[in-house]
Formats: sequence, structure tokens, C-alpha cells
Amino acid sequence: MGVVVGKRIPRYDGLQHVTGRTQFVDDVSYPNMLWVKAYRSPVVKGEILNVDVSQAEKTPGVAAVLTAKDVPANQYGFSNDQPVLAEKGVRFKGEAIVAVAAVDEDTAQEAVEKIRVDFKEETPVFDPIEAMKPDTPRVRPEGNLWMFGEVPYRRIRLGDVEKGFKEADVIVEEVYRTQNQDHAQLEGQVSVARLEANGVITINSVSQCPFLHQLQLAGILKVPLNRLKFIGGTVGGGFGSKNDMHADHITSLLALKTGKPVKWRWTREEEFLASTVQGAWIMEYKDGVKKDGRIVARKIRAIRDAGAYGSLNPYVVDKHCFLVCGPYAIPNVWIDGYCVFTNKQVSSSMRGFGITPASFSNEVQMDKIAEAVGKDPWEIRFINAVRDGDITATRKTLESVALIETMKEAAKAAGIQLPDHLMAMSSEKKEV
Amino acid sequence: MEYALSFSLNGKPVQVAVKANSSLLDVLRNQLFVTSPKKSCDTGDCGACAVLIDGEAVNSCITLALTVEGKKVTTVEGLGEGNQIHPLQQAFHEHYAAQCGFCTPGVILVAKALLDKNPKPTREEVTQAISGNLCRCTGYVKIIDAIMAVAEANK
Repeated sequence: MGVVVGKRIPRYDGLQHVTGRTQFVDDVSYPNMLWVKAYRSPVVKGEILNVDVSQAEKTPGVAAVLTAKDVPANQYGFSNDQPVLAEKGVRFKGEAIVAVAAVDEDTAQEAVEKIRVDFKEETPVFDPIEAMKPDTPRVRPEGNLWMFGEVPYRRIRLGDVEKGFKEADVIVEEVYRTQNQDHAQLEGQVSVARLEANGVITINSVSQCPFLHQLQLAGILKVPLNRLKFIGGTVGGGFGSKNDMHADHITSLLALKTGKPVKWRWTREEEFLASTVQGAWIMEYKDGVKKDGRIVARKIRAIRDAGAYGSLNPYVVDKHCFLVCGPYAIPNVWIDGYCVFTNKQVSSSMRGFGITPASFSNEVQMDKIAEAVGKDPWEIRFINAVRDGDITATRKTLESVALIETMKEAAKAAGIQLPDHLMAMSSEKKEV
Repeated sequence: MEYALSFSLNGKPVQVAVKANSSLLDVLRNQLFVTSPKKSCDTGDCGACAVLIDGEAVNSCITLALTVEGKKVTTVEGLGEGNQIHPLQQAFHEHYAAQCGFCTPGVILVAKALLDKNPKPTREEVTQAISGNLCRCTGYVKIIDAIMAVAEANK
């Protein structure tokens, strides 16, 4: 017997949690610490004509007011297209334009409410299908579609789908949609930054990827990596909402500007308004199926509502497209996956980087196929299941496959008696 | 304008000057540095800020601090005896009822309020009692298992 394998060992942080001693970022505070509040855009889309922070700066208790001009390199993010603070214009309601540091949250909020910003409002775009049309107003100067190399979609091709559709007995066409979804993790975005005497900034971060954020922040501040010390790893729920830097850049800039420790804790309203979300999907399927239930061709147009900035959306679209055929062997595949910009809050990672909507649509589609050919849903999944030696749409030859074996166990656990011809199947060989 | 507030916190008397509009949660966290009650929704919906006031579980984010004058406030920092943690804390640890740990202090206090009144609740009564506490990591099965383990020990 091993020491650990097969045994339940106590959680290393369990006693900390149950005694309330786990130190989350919001539990960190320093003497003379300043608190941050942000001025967020009340308009959805528009040009910023003027930002007047004079009254905010005069508010007693305010230590610093931060605008785009204070940011050494005001462009960051996984797609390197997002401003820390908006300067020329805004692309979604809630986009941060000014940050204020003051002696407490109430004073910072009071100062924020004295900020005046003039906008020239523009027509926003909300529907990704509309956004894809050439005459639709642009969300960003480069256009509303992300370029995957030379084409505006992730392209996956295997075999010949048109030939597959001709060979098919039944065509199953469906459109699936999912909506924007917030992670709703209990611990919201929060950051504490402190400038040390040697010039290092110590950041208590909720980041799910502190090293990547250290790199992004070094770029924003134009400082070497060894000036940034991230303290992380204790996260009160993330689920992908903390893969994007939401607060550490602002607290660091304000710590540099004031020399004092700075905390920014978002309200739940800000979380819903301006943090990243799982973007909505529109997934259009056309499957060619033989009478016996075998899928011989699949054509998909998948559209990701990316919101206002790139962030992790292109990667999310990639993963979605790579896995949207599910664990099924389909000889002819055509997938176009689009990443479309709209004037909504930024979409990014959530629980599987686009695979969850892929699995949802794909598995409902399998049931629709079963219905269309009059077969049992288990049968459809068994006969289309990937086996050893099968090639995926991305041309990966599979080995050590265990899908059929897993489905047999799942049926057993659910108390379902599968017919003998399914129980006789194996991942190691195909029926003739 | 600040007002003098006196109450018992985890068995010890405290005095603190608070604003009229300060929540109990803000006073506990920002003025008394008792950080186990968490600020999460700040609108009384998630239960992460729950504390006991005279034995009743209350969301401290929507409780004005001045209303606890002369009352007994308990947080998980005040549970257990000396170095011995409370049976509920032990059960939460043993049943893996805490994942990220953010909702945990609030749930333990709500469970304590229940068991103090009703030492032998049914599973349904436990489920009902923690219905005001959101957990986004685990689902609720292990949390209920942990509370039921203490309830069973009372039977």
C-alpha cells in the first residue's frame, strides 16, 4: 500500500479554513492603507472627450487620482489590446476610466462621484451575428472579428464533408445557444499593493496565474520582474474569473504614486458589471448520419461572443473547436470557430475554456441524432465512440482509449442494463 | 460623527467608535481586525459574513453595528475551548466540507446556531438551516455530512 494513493489524507489547509485563520487577500491590511474606488463608464460605447478630476483631487482625504496618463504602458491582457484605464474611448458599460485612492472607501467613492467625463456616444453592437456583418459599426478599429492567422475563424478540416453528407441517410441540423455567465465566486476581485523601501512592490493577489500576471504587470509598469513580488495561492473561488488581471495593476500604480499601501476591493455590482464572464455561444450543427446511427459528416459554425476585448477568447475558441466533436469518431469534419467582438463586458476563461458549451451542444446533438434515426442514446454513443487508432479532427491518433469501458461502468452505476451487443464492444477493436 | 459602541466579542468586552451607517461586518473586519466573517455579496444574500448575535445567526453585512450594543457577538475565532476546536470545526475538517474556505466560517456558525437549538436535526432540517449560505466550490453534500456527523453524535 502506498502512503497516499487510495487513502483520504487531511487537507493541508483544512484546519486553517475551519478556524477562520486562512488569510485571504481582503484579510490583509496595513497601517495607513489607502482604499480605492473607480469611476466606470456610464455609457456603453463612445469617445472620451474630456476627463475632469479637479474636484475629486480637492476632496479631503484623497491621496491620489489615477488616469490613463499615469500608466507607463496602457495596454495589456492576454490579447494585449486592453487599456488599464480607458483613454480615448470606451467599449463597454463599466469600463474603468479613473481610479481614486483615499483614506477610506467612503471618501474614495465621494471623490469618484465628483469626476466629470464628457463622452461622444456611439452606436453599440450587442448581437454577435449582427457584429459579423460588414456594415455593422466597429467595436474596435481592427474590425469585429479576431484573425486566426489569415482567416477570421479557427479552421478545422478533415476528409470531405460534402461527400459525407451525400453518403448520409439523415441530416440533423440544430442551433444551440448559451448565455453570458458570471463565475459568481464568493471572493470578489481584491488586491493589496505595498511599495517596499527597496522599490519592490509586494502584491497580495487573488490571481489564478500569478506568474503570468507578474509578466503583464511588469509590462504595464515598465519595470523588471524582480521589482514585483506576488503573494498568491489563497483564492476564495476563481473558476476562471481570476485569470485576467482586474485590480493588481491599479493598486500597484497607486502604491507607486502615493508610497502608501493600497487596497482595492470590488463590490459585487462591479463584479457583475466589469469582471470577465463566460461568453455566450451560438453553435450551428449540421450532421450527416447513416440509418444505423453512425455519424459520417459534421459541419459546425461556432460563434463566441467575446465582448469588448480579446483576453483569452481566441484560446477559448481554439479549445472549443478542438473538442466540439466530443469523444466521437467522425471521418469528415468542417469547423469554423469565430471570435466576435461586441460592446459587452469582456469574456474570458470559465471552467474549461469553451469546452463546457461544446460538450453541452455536442451531447444534446447526440440525443437529437438518436431521435432522428430511432435508436437508443446509449447505442448512438457506443457506435460512434472513439477507439484506439482513431484520428481526431485535429489529426491526433488516439491511444489507450477507454470511453466504451467508462460508459459501461457509468451504465452500471446508474443501474442500466445495456444490451449484449454494446457490452461486447471494446475500445481496442472496432466491429466490422 | 462617530458613536461609542460596547458589546461582547467572543467572550471579551470591546469598545469601539463607529459611524452610524457602519455595518457590523465592516466594524469587525476593518476596525477590530476580526477577519473570519467575509465580505462577499454585501447585500445579505450569500451568508459568508454570518455571525452569531446572542446565539442567533445573522448576516453581519446588513446589520448596523450600533444595533449590537450590549449584545454577545460570536465569530469562529470564538469557538472551541483553549486549544480544542469545536466539534463542528473538527467535523468540517474531517469531512472535507471546506474547499476554498471562503464560505466556511459562516456555514459553521449557522450550523452552530441550529445545533444549539436543535441538537438532533434531520438532514432536511440541516439543509433548510444552511439555505442562506452559498458555497460555489463543493456543492453542499459534504457540508451537510459534516453537520450531520455532529448531530448523530448528539443522538
